[in-house]
Amino acid sequence: MILDVDGVAFNYRSAPVIRDITFDLRPHQILAILGPNGVGKTTLLKCMNAILRPRAGSVLIEGADLLTADRMEIARKVGYVPQRCEAARLTVFDAVLLGRRPHIGWDVTEKDIRIVEAAIRMLSLENLTLRYIDEMSGGELQKVSIARALVQEPRVLLLDEPTSSLDLKNQIEILGIVRHVTAEHDVAAVMTMHDLNMALRYADRFILLKDGVIHAAGGSDVVTPEIIEAVYGVPVTVERYNGYRFVVPLEPESA
Amino acid sequence: MHFADGAIPADYMGYVRRKHLWILGGVVLLFLLLIVSISVGAVSIPPYEVFLSIVNGIVDRINLLLNPGTALNPSSTDRIVWNIRLPQALAAIVAGVGLSVAGVAMQSILRNPLGSPFTLGISNAGAFGAAVSVIVLGTGQMHSTVADAVTLNNPYVTTLVAFIFCLLATAVILLISRIRGASPEVMVLAGVALSSLFTAGTMFLQYFADDTQLAAVVFWTFGDVGRASWQELGIMAFVTIAASLYFIANRWNYNAIDAGDETAKGLGVSVERVRDVGMVVAALVSAVIVSFLGVIGFVGLVCPHMVRRLIGDDQRYLIPGSCVMGGILLLASDTVARIIVAPYILPVAVLTAFLGAPVFIYLLLRGYRR
Repeated sequence: MILDVDGVAFNYRSAPVIRDITFDLRPHQILAILGPNGVGKTTLLKCMNAILRPRAGSVLIEGADLLTADRMEIARKVGYVPQRCEAARLTVFDAVLLGRRPHIGWDVTEKDIRIVEAAIRMLSLENLTLRYIDEMSGGELQKVSIARALVQEPRVLLLDEPTSSLDLKNQIEILGIVRHVTAEHDVAAVMTMHDLNMALRYADRFILLKDGVIHAAGGSDVVTPEIIEAVYGVPVTVERYNGYRFVVPLEPESA
Repeated sequence: MHFADGAIPADYMGYVRRKHLWILGGVVLLFLLLIVSISVGAVSIPPYEVFLSIVNGIVDRINLLLNPGTALNPSSTDRIVWNIRLPQALAAIVAGVGLSVAGVAMQSILRNPLGSPFTLGISNAGAFGAAVSVIVLGTGQMHSTVADAVTLNNPYVTTLVAFIFCLLATAVILLISRIRGASPEVMVLAGVALSSLFTAGTMFLQYFADDTQLAAVVFWTFGDVGRASWQELGIMAFVTIAASLYFIANRWNYNAIDAGDETAKGLGVSVERVRDVGMVVAALVSAVIVSFLGVIGFVGLVCPHMVRRLIGDDQRYLIPGSCVMGGILLLASDTVARIIVAPYILPVAVLTAFLGAPVFIYLLLRGYRR
C-alpha cells in the first residue's frame, strides 16, 4: 500500500465534519472522493497532508506516519493541488520551480532546473515557459499547478476538484494527465470531484461520503442508482456506453 | 516520480541573467548617485574629488586601525565629506533599504499590495514610542536651534521604547488579519485607525512637554536622514543588513505564500510561523529607523511597486531589487530636499510624502491586483 488512512476524524470547532474514514490505496490507482457540497470532501483531502490536523486516526504513506512528520517532509511525499491558486506575476517556469521548494537548500541546482523543464514538457507547457501566470487561462493555470505538485516528486497526489472551473476539452486534458502520471510513475492520486461521469471515466476507486462518513467505497460497481440517490438525494439511472458507466439524473415526474 | 530527461532551457537562463543585470544596474546607479549626492550642497565638490576623498578616507581609517599611533589628517573637503555628507547619504541609503525591504516583506506576508510600515500605522506607533521616551522618560532634548540638532541622551532607550510600540502595532495588525482576513480594505482601515490613535497619543504627550521636548518630538514626525551619527548609522546598518538577509533567505517561502496559503502549506511552508517572524523582523527594522530618523512615509510602499513594474513579483529578484530601489529613491529624495530650497534643508519625509501620496492613490485607483 502506498497510502493508508485509518479512522480519520476532524472537527470544525466542536462539530464533527468527518469521522471514521478508513481506506487504502495502491500505486497507480486513482481514487475519486464523491459526495454533495459541504459533506467534507475537501476537509478529508486536507487531512491527508496535515493542512488540517485530524482529531483522531492516522495517515500512513508507505508505512510512515504522516501526521507526526514536519511540513517539509510531508511536502516531499504528498503533492497538493488546491481548488484555486493565486496568480502572481511569476513566469510559468518559476511557478513550477516553486514545487522544488521542499528539496531546495539555499538555491536551485541544475537538477531542479532539469526536473522542472521535464515536467513542463510533460504538461505541454513548453511554449509558455516565460509567460507570466497572471496572464493565463484557467486551464493553463491548472496545468501549472499540477506541474508544480509533480516536481515535488510526491508519492501521493491530492487534487481538490481539479476540473471544477474548466471547459470540456481542458477537463479531459487535465484528467488524462493525472491518469498518465499515475500509470507511468509509482504514485497514487486522490481527487475530490463533482462530475460523476468524469470520475467514472478516470478513477479506479470511489468513496462516496454522506453525513461525514463513508457511505460506500470500492470499484466503479459501487456507483449504483440506489447509492447515488441515498448520497445526493437525486433519482438517477446508470447507463453503460462504450464500456463506461454514465449517471443520468431522472426528471422528478418520471421517477 | 522521475524526470530523467530534463534539459537546461536556454531562454529561461537568459531570463534569469536579465533579472540579475537589472539589480546589478541598480547597484551601479546607487553608487553613482552617492557620489553626486555628496558633491552637491552649499559647498559643491567635484565628483572626482568626492570619490578620492572616500577612497583615501577608507585607506586612512584602515591604516589607523592597523597602526594606532598615526593620526588622521583630513583636508576641509574630507571634513565635509566624512563628517557631514557621507553619514547623511549613507543614512538615506540604509533607511531606504530598510523601509523598502520591510514594505516588500509586509506586502507578501499579509498578501496585500498596500502593506508597508507607514500605511499599517507601524511608523507612527514608533514615533509615539519615541515621544513617550523623550517626554515621559526624559531621554531626549534639543540642544541648539539648528534644524538637525535633536540629540538623545540615551538613544538605546528611545529605540527600545519605539520598538515596543512598533511591535504592539504589529501585533494588532496580525490579530486583525487573523480575525477578519488580510483584505486590502481591512488592513488599510486598520492602519488608518492605528495611525490616528498613535498620532493623537503623540499630540496628547506634546501638550505636556516643555519647549525643548516639544521641539524634539515635532522633529520625530518629520523624518530626516541628517540626524544620524556614525554610531547610530552602524546600528541601523547592522539591523537592516541582518533583516534583508533574513528576508532574502525566506524568498522561496514568500513566493509560496504569494501562490496562496494552501499551496504554500502543501509545499512545506509553515505559513503562520513565517508570517509572524517576518512581521516581527519587519517591525524591528522599521522601529530602528523610525527611532533614529523619525517617520519617513511611503518609501516602503512605493519602492516595491516600482520594482514589481520593472522585474515582476518573483521574490528572488523583488527583495534585492526593492533594497536597491529603496536606497536609490531615498538618497535621490534627500539630495533634492537638500538643494531644492537652499540654503534651507527640508526633512526628506516631506519630499517622500509628495512622491508617495500620488503613487498610493494610483494604486487604489488601479485596483489591488498585484
